[in-house]
Amino acid sequence: MDTIRVGVIGLQGDVEEHIHALEKAFKHLGVKGEAIWVRRPLDMETVHGVVLPGGESTTISKLLTKFQLRDVILKMASEGKPILGTCAGCVLLAKEGDELVERTRTELLGLMDMSVDRNAFGPQRESFEADIHVEGLGNYPGVFIRAPLIKKTWGDVEVLSKIDDDIVLAKQGNILAASFHPELTGDSRFYRLFFEMF
Amino acid sequence: MTREIDLEKMRHGTELLKRGFARMQKGGVVMDVTNADQAHIAEEAGAVAVMALERVPADIRAQGGVARMADPTKIIEIIDTVSIPVMAKARIGHFVEAQILQVLGADMIDESEVLTPADPHFHIDKREFQIPFVCGARNLGEALRRIHEGAAMIRTKGEAGTGDVIEAVRHQHAIMGMIRSLKSKSDQELFQVSRDIEAPYDLVVEVAQLQRLPVVNFAAGGIATPADAAMMMQMGVDGVFVGSGIFKSKKPEFMAKAIVEATTHFDDPEVLAKVSRGIGDPMAGINVADIPPEKQLQNRGW
Repeated sequence: MDTIRVGVIGLQGDVEEHIHALEKAFKHLGVKGEAIWVRRPLDMETVHGVVLPGGESTTISKLLTKFQLRDVILKMASEGKPILGTCAGCVLLAKEGDELVERTRTELLGLMDMSVDRNAFGPQRESFEADIHVEGLGNYPGVFIRAPLIKKTWGDVEVLSKIDDDIVLAKQGNILAASFHPELTGDSRFYRLFFEMF
Repeated sequence: MTREIDLEKMRHGTELLKRGFARMQKGGVVMDVTNADQAHIAEEAGAVAVMALERVPADIRAQGGVARMADPTKIIEIIDTVSIPVMAKARIGHFVEAQILQVLGADMIDESEVLTPADPHFHIDKREFQIPFVCGARNLGEALRRIHEGAAMIRTKGEAGTGDVIEAVRHQHAIMGMIRSLKSKSDQELFQVSRDIEAPYDLVVEVAQLQRLPVVNFAAGGIATPADAAMMMQMGVDGVFVGSGIFKSKKPEFMAKAIVEATTHFDDPEVLAKVSRGIGDPMAGINVADIPPEKQLQNRGW
């Protein structure tokens, strides 16, 4: 592939931050690529991979259905195209959610064999920054904002980082899920994990 | 392969976490709600957060008297109902109301001119808190003073409880127009601007370079229809607050959904035309021009 074209799903959330972080990572890691904002099925036709940004998973899930992006994402995933989800995006990638996901009738994409707890730490005052250890990267600044946790995985999911017994970064084939926000840190190393899937 | 993190090293309430929280709200709609039922409707419609209140601004305006922080019972009722973030309002300068809201588990505090101000000199020192604040502004100077005090999000003041969007438009023009005018200015001129608008010089320089506010900038005050929300988005705001506009309309469920969808596709008139159909009567509203300046909420704050 000559140039990696990444589409950031831009229905709600920190879309601009993801676009800036991707652009910076392309430069730092010497990868030829571009990041674009995608909101319509039409916008998705030319992209090689997708980012599901942070935001409110309930909101993003409803808008994915309303504006017919859900099926496009599922199709891209089945074709082996790389998908990265952070925070809310991580929730949406899971097969199973907790009682909050059920109660809000959030429709998950179900692309990874894992179950997640939404907003696992409590209200915003419990949000935190901490250095985490990421397999293959070493220490990485973790920014957890009303973050979810991956409570359980099965199948061939690879666990790449944990806090105590809970998983905060996992990969399954062409799909990568982070419960934290690499796009807010300015540390481009994280994107190696994403770019090597292309 | 994995290592436990040192819980001692967890850092809470940092600027990155506060501003980061606000960034997660971008492209979304924050809706005023006064009970569990309304909170549920807002969440179902796709709101990114709710503002927990005892009375919506239109009722506060109509009833008069001193408006204060909502009863904690009300705020807890709403926190227990929804999974999305819950914001709540404290009076300008009332740092104890803010301490109470933080302990109750509110995710963000709106230091709001809709309530009766508590301090004639100072706004809350927002850097002292672990949770982020949003504050209203009519112009760049006011926005930068609030950011200097620690606000993680700015919203236009508009004129709350009127359903008349003109003041929010005025404030957004004022903020963006001033930011654009900084672009070609020399250091000396930027210093002069910081004196004129009574804002810290460093923030003036930062804004001149960024060509936007360094924090998320929402629209608020008088937004009552999907078209109002989309108009504010086209004017460059990052998201919208809808106060009385939803639950003072005839069909709140429809209005709430339509405003969410209009905010996402703010630049696509075909979508806007579609979502604007059948929303029923918006709130009746009050023409801001009929409200004497001393009764306008936007003039509260220093």
